[in-house]
Amino acid sequence: MSPRPGFVLEVDRSTPPTMLWHGDGFRQERFPVGTRVVYPPEPLPPLPDPDAAIRHALEHPVGDSPPLSALLRPGMRLTIAFDDVSLPLPPMRAPDTRQRVITAVLDAAAAAGVDDVVLIAALALHRRMTDDELRHALGSRIFDAFAPHGLLLQHDAEDPDAMVHLGLTDQGEDVEISRRAAESDLLVYVNITLVPMDGGHKSVATGLASYRSIRHHHNVRAMQHSRSFMDRHHSELHSSNWRMGRLIADAGVRIFQIETTLNLDTFPSSFGFLQRREWEWTLRDRAGFHATRAALERTPPALARQIFHSIRSPHALASVQAGEVEAVHDLTLANLYRQQLVHVEGQSDVLTMGLPYLSPYNVNSVMNPILVSCLGLGYFFNMYRGKPLVREGGVLIISHPTPWAFDPVQHPSYIDFFEQVLSETTDPLEIEAKYEEGFATDPWYIHLYRTSHAYHGVHPFYMWYWGAHALQHLGQVIIVGGDRAAVRRMGFKPASTFADAFEMAEDVVGRDPTITHVHNPPIFMSEVT
Amino acid sequence: MKALVLERSVARFAAARAASLVAGSGRGITVGPLRLTDAEPPGLPGSGWHEVRPRLAGICGSDLSTLDGASSRYFEPIVSFPFVPGHEIVGEVLGDEHDGARVVVEPVLGCLARGIDPPCPACAAGRKGACERIAYGHLRPGLQTGYCADTGGGWSELLVAHESQLHRVPEGLSDEAAVMVEPTACALHAALAGGVVAGERVVVLGAGTLGLATLAALRHHSLPSAVLVVAKYAVQRSLAASLGADQVVAPEELPRAVRRLTGSLGASSAGRLQRLAGGADVVFDCVGSAGSIASSLAVVRPGGRVVLVGMPGSVRVDLAPLWQREITLAGAYAYGSEDTPEGPRSTFDLAFELVASAHLERLVSARYPLERYEEAIRHAAAAGRRGAVKVVFDLRRPARRGWQATEVEAGS
Repeated sequence: MSPRPGFVLEVDRSTPPTMLWHGDGFRQERFPVGTRVVYPPEPLPPLPDPDAAIRHALEHPVGDSPPLSALLRPGMRLTIAFDDVSLPLPPMRAPDTRQRVITAVLDAAAAAGVDDVVLIAALALHRRMTDDELRHALGSRIFDAFAPHGLLLQHDAEDPDAMVHLGLTDQGEDVEISRRAAESDLLVYVNITLVPMDGGHKSVATGLASYRSIRHHHNVRAMQHSRSFMDRHHSELHSSNWRMGRLIADAGVRIFQIETTLNLDTFPSSFGFLQRREWEWTLRDRAGFHATRAALERTPPALARQIFHSIRSPHALASVQAGEVEAVHDLTLANLYRQQLVHVEGQSDVLTMGLPYLSPYNVNSVMNPILVSCLGLGYFFNMYRGKPLVREGGVLIISHPTPWAFDPVQHPSYIDFFEQVLSETTDPLEIEAKYEEGFATDPWYIHLYRTSHAYHGVHPFYMWYWGAHALQHLGQVIIVGGDRAAVRRMGFKPASTFADAFEMAEDVVGRDPTITHVHNPPIFMSEVT
Repeated sequence: MKALVLERSVARFAAARAASLVAGSGRGITVGPLRLTDAEPPGLPGSGWHEVRPRLAGICGSDLSTLDGASSRYFEPIVSFPFVPGHEIVGEVLGDEHDGARVVVEPVLGCLARGIDPPCPACAAGRKGACERIAYGHLRPGLQTGYCADTGGGWSELLVAHESQLHRVPEGLSDEAAVMVEPTACALHAALAGGVVAGERVVVLGAGTLGLATLAALRHHSLPSAVLVVAKYAVQRSLAASLGADQVVAPEELPRAVRRLTGSLGASSAGRLQRLAGGADVVFDCVGSAGSIASSLAVVRPGGRVVLVGMPGSVRVDLAPLWQREITLAGAYAYGSEDTPEGPRSTFDLAFELVASAHLERLVSARYPLERYEEAIRHAAAAGRRGAVKVVFDLRRPARRGWQATEVEAGS
């Protein structure tokens, strides 16, 4: 039986309560009759032989590109860059897709007699990965072959000797990327496209770039002119990356892009209830849900977090394509949409969503308030094509505990951003003008980014900008069940219950509002007409 | 006359200490050494002395420390019991040609007030706060009015003060403004003692009366490039911002905020910022606790200065950073004469000007009659938490002070 597409349920009196994420836990809500609940599609079947599919893609590239084997020769300099720990979510069961793809690339390189090979984790301004995370992404065989010899690098955007400025785009944007990548005879980029924002020219033009370069598209203007930044053809974020990518190609950097998509099989069977529609829950699902929820309610938050972060997703490879960047990415997006796109008619006054414990930027860490905002107002709000699920001036209601808690190792500048910047203003444009450069060039943050496992000093700004379009579009943001002080610090309204939140929303959008609820996991994209 | 009198009673001090340790500052007032009594008015110690009827008398942090039994034993030889507390005083002079004139009392009992001639070198130089004779002369020991058995104090209906202690209140300056002159003089003296030069980055730790007045003094008498204020409570944050703080942070945010302000590197353990490589040029500690002194030493740069403005007691502090970073730790007590670009000027004269220009009367949050001293003390001890800054006793005659209708104006 083929997987069912996503669909829109209209809540009636017989609809069972809807399950929502609430950080490190769950809740059930009975939404008002008439609420639309958008369900994701069911997972596509995995590729039957992923390794064979990968090898086939490498030898049958798309776009203007020879097969990988034709690009490999003895004595050449080969760099393999790969997506970092922010993808996929949750981290997938071994073997990770990157391990499969890089193994195939290394086999081809070995067969061609290439021996100058370096691997680079394309961190951009993300934190450095731990050895365990690298080992998980690449597999022990690759890790042990490269790491001890200093051939497994993590991109360091703040190492002036390791960066090279390739020029300015026709819009005056600096293009500065990894010297090793730029000066290699071939740069192979290994990607996982989990959401439509990922991949394409963004892989190299952002993943291997510096603040000097990234600031041209990771800014408030770009975010406010991206409708949405998940829709490549209506995204200023992507337009800028595409201009940069073309400049990189014109500068002579030869890129062989390998992109993959995963199916939506996101959680292991012990959490099967997460991916099933409530009225189809089996007895086991119901028992699993109630037992899990009860156990979590008795578990200290730190332990609950640890349990969730140990989850390994059964994600399976759904597609792989390789070759010239733009042609590859077009195909990737088509495959991604085949899995993730759900058609929805019309907008509503209120949009609701439950947010999980995890975002791309808190793997093995706490989801701090800024990341709650980023996930809700950035990622989930922008997962649309056409127009947002909620009308202009509408209300977004998020369910998340939003603790006033930060990981000082991973997010030191987030703490300062939350304490100093958001206490003064939440306006992205004002924040950008007044504070960004100071944080971006702060030597302490740079030191921690380079030597510890800290996100770059500027990263919390980007996470705030990620919500800039939503902030501009929405009339109000309400967080249910969140730390009230943390919620208020961000300029949002706290509510104890959904009932309270709906009442508060009525003050903004009027009585008896139309409501749409985004049911996750897994994550999906809405096509709103 | 009615007066709040503090007796020397070891048992009562111990009880107050125990109660304050268990239940918090001010909670030992009912078992402590302070009593409301009908006391004999103090006699005039000699010529040049006047009777003064207090109008408003403030409750200072040092008073609270005494009432909590938490003061340092250092003070024992330089106070005399029983005494009437209260050294932040605006009152009226009684008798002779000054009758009815409103005055602020400069409480330090230096050589002149004590009839010592020639005066000690400090008094001769106008530095009354550094007087070397505060236990000598024709008065019993007492570093200030409010700690001396012979002079009375502000928490009563009558005290005596030497003419050298009296500063006439300008017409148009309210009693609330005038009662702020003494603490403002302390803050002003401290701000100037810090020697802040143009462009330096300064921390004011604490945003009670002293902290806010120090901030005001820094803004009026120096040119720091940034003043960062540590404030616990909403009312303090709001006042600090309005008095010119560039940044107001919570106590736990201090190291991170200073690091950011100064662009300093740091040293961290498991991601937590342990100490700074650099830091602020000058820190004014307006609290005086072990924690605040340690915090001050932690956020001042190598070679920087820490000025103790709040009265410290016996504290346990790691002085390793002071040694290794060659930090100057300086006390700033009381007032006297200040060097200004126009030449030496009385701290009190400068304080009158600062109170008026910075509208520091707004720091007076609540007024209590003497009879409700227990409530007043508890209120003062919890001032920030209860939305107040300065709590005062209102000793004006009922018809004039009108406290029947507005006995506690704010934050009660």
